[in-house]
Amino acid sequence: MQTNDLERVAKGIRRRDLRAVFEAGAGHIGGEMSAIDILTALYFRVLNVMPDDPGNPGRDRFVLSKGHTACALYVTLAKRGFIPEEEISTFLKPHSRLNGHPNCQKVPGVETNTGPLGHGLPVAVGMAKAAKLGGASWRTYVMTGDGEMQEGSNWEAIMAAAQFGLDNLTLIIDHNRFQQGAALADTNNLAPLRPKLEAFGWEVTEINGNDMSEIVPALEHRGDRPHCVVAHTNKGHGISFMQDRVDWHHKVPNAEQYKTAMEELAEEME
Amino acid sequence: MSEVLTAPKLRDCRDAFVAVLERLGAENEKVVAVCNDSVGSSKLGGFKAKFPERLVNVGIAEQNMVGVGAGLANGGMLPFVCAAAPFLTGRALEQIKADIAYSNANVKLVGISSGMAYGELGPTHHSIEDFAWTRVLPNLPVIAPCDSIETAAAVEWAATYPGPCFLRLSRVGVPDLLPEGHVFELGKANQLRDGSDVTLIANGTLTHRMLKAAEILAGRGVEARVLNMATVRPIDVEAVVAAVRDTGAILTAEEHSTFGGLGSAIAEVVVAEAPAPMKILGVPGIFAPTGSAEFLLDEFGMAPAAVADAAEALIARKR
Ligand SMILES: Cc1ncc(C[n+]2csc(CCOP(=O)(O)OP(=O)(O)O)c2C)c(N)n1
Ligand SMILES: [Mg+2]
Repeated sequence: MQTNDLERVAKGIRRRDLRAVFEAGAGHIGGEMSAIDILTALYFRVLNVMPDDPGNPGRDRFVLSKGHTACALYVTLAKRGFIPEEEISTFLKPHSRLNGHPNCQKVPGVETNTGPLGHGLPVAVGMAKAAKLGGASWRTYVMTGDGEMQEGSNWEAIMAAAQFGLDNLTLIIDHNRFQQGAALADTNNLAPLRPKLEAFGWEVTEINGNDMSEIVPALEHRGDRPHCVVAHTNKGHGISFMQDRVDWHHKVPNAEQYKTAMEELAEEME
Repeated sequence: MSEVLTAPKLRDCRDAFVAVLERLGAENEKVVAVCNDSVGSSKLGGFKAKFPERLVNVGIAEQNMVGVGAGLANGGMLPFVCAAAPFLTGRALEQIKADIAYSNANVKLVGISSGMAYGELGPTHHSIEDFAWTRVLPNLPVIAPCDSIETAAAVEWAATYPGPCFLRLSRVGVPDLLPEGHVFELGKANQLRDGSDVTLIANGTLTHRMLKAAEILAGRGVEARVLNMATVRPIDVEAVVAAVRDTGAILTAEEHSTFGGLGSAIAEVVVAEAPAPMKILGVPGIFAPTGSAEFLLDEFGMAPAAVADAAEALIARKR
């Protein structure tokens, strides 16, 4: 899929995500909007995945470590054919398999359960190491939040990945500059991320993570070391009044805000 | 949803916790709050506004948070380490064991949104293992208050108790059950109702459901004793033995797995000191499905009417 088409798909995913959060009355919309362009590029261009055969051993692996943005993953998986699109309307409902964090036991396409932050990258290191041990060519991608990078487990995994020479591993950090309660800068500022990753032996690419023309080449890059894409994004991207506002980490739009947001995300505005 | 839960005066125990914490903070400059990007969910905004330099937010880093708490205590401060219960206990369990319990550091661990308060967020966010994980640790009292009054009393107690403890709080609203001015005593259950046919024991968000179940049972001619047992460790051996002696059967209910929690702690006493039939209600050793806390409690047989039915079935097993 080319850039224009990817942008159109991303906008459709944003709309469906917004509706799901609005109807469920809960969700993590800010971090979903920042991540959706990258999720779209992964599932509609970069990843070699088979919706009809989700457990195919040769598939590329993707781990959404920032599991609180599960709704965006569910919508992406639905649009890509892993689960029925109608099922999105069960998000957070009693007994739905679409709870607030992705469940690999129930949802095809989900590789491992996330929700507690700082779990996805170590698991991804194990996946990439398994591909190496098995001489396989599939690749592993993992997306973390930037606040999530405060978890020490990530840095243990970063050291291991470099030591193991995992050139088949790509870490995408959704660098939207906000966490749950405040800006990173006012909590525990990790920026700049590049020198930290480089010091640990990784190759780093910095991109605008809401610009498809920068996302695709960064994700398709192949090097000789573990690769980190520092994706500079906007929390709430695409919805003007949510953008870069910390309270939209998990706020839910009211009816009027929902209408405004839907208008901003409308097809013809492209 | 059970009618008891829609009663008008439901209170969020976090409010009682922070009201006391803010007063303690004003009285004692050693009091610090430590958290993990959880200022909002722990309701620490007021504390932060009043004592900005004594709000230590380490970021999303629970192991570090608990270790920092231990160091603050060593340096003479009185830290209240506040975080969502699943991450505080699950993520930092070894820090809790080594840095807090084994080192006997004077740190108050405050687990917020415990049990299934984050019902819809799924099993990663359910804290239904925390009694089991923490009550095996020496030196660490484990306390789950049943209402705002007991929460405030337990926080007062914790501030003067010269050692660590784990306070397990919820965000799910509960009615006031204990009298105003109640003083918390570690390891002492409170009898909220007397009866001779069966004893219902609970803590946290389940105590008020037990009172409602006892009312239903009374309507069926069954007299139930109701004990609120906030302290899971040390367990109130005397109250358990008396319950068996006076009523001959014990039903427990908790917002926790049926493995290793309050019911298990009571069963350990029952088998050793006073064998009698027991029923342990809770999450039956599975990862719970999606749904609100109230929905899940009802789903797992802890609606008051279902508790009453279980109590009657238990009574039939006596002798
Ligand atoms: C171990 C753990 N601690 C705390 C939380 C609660 N929590 C959920 S999302 C979040 C903030 C995440 O911020 P960031 O990683 O920047 O994500 P994004 O901005 O992409 O939403 C926090 C603290 C959690 N899910 N897991
Ligand atoms: Mg962020």
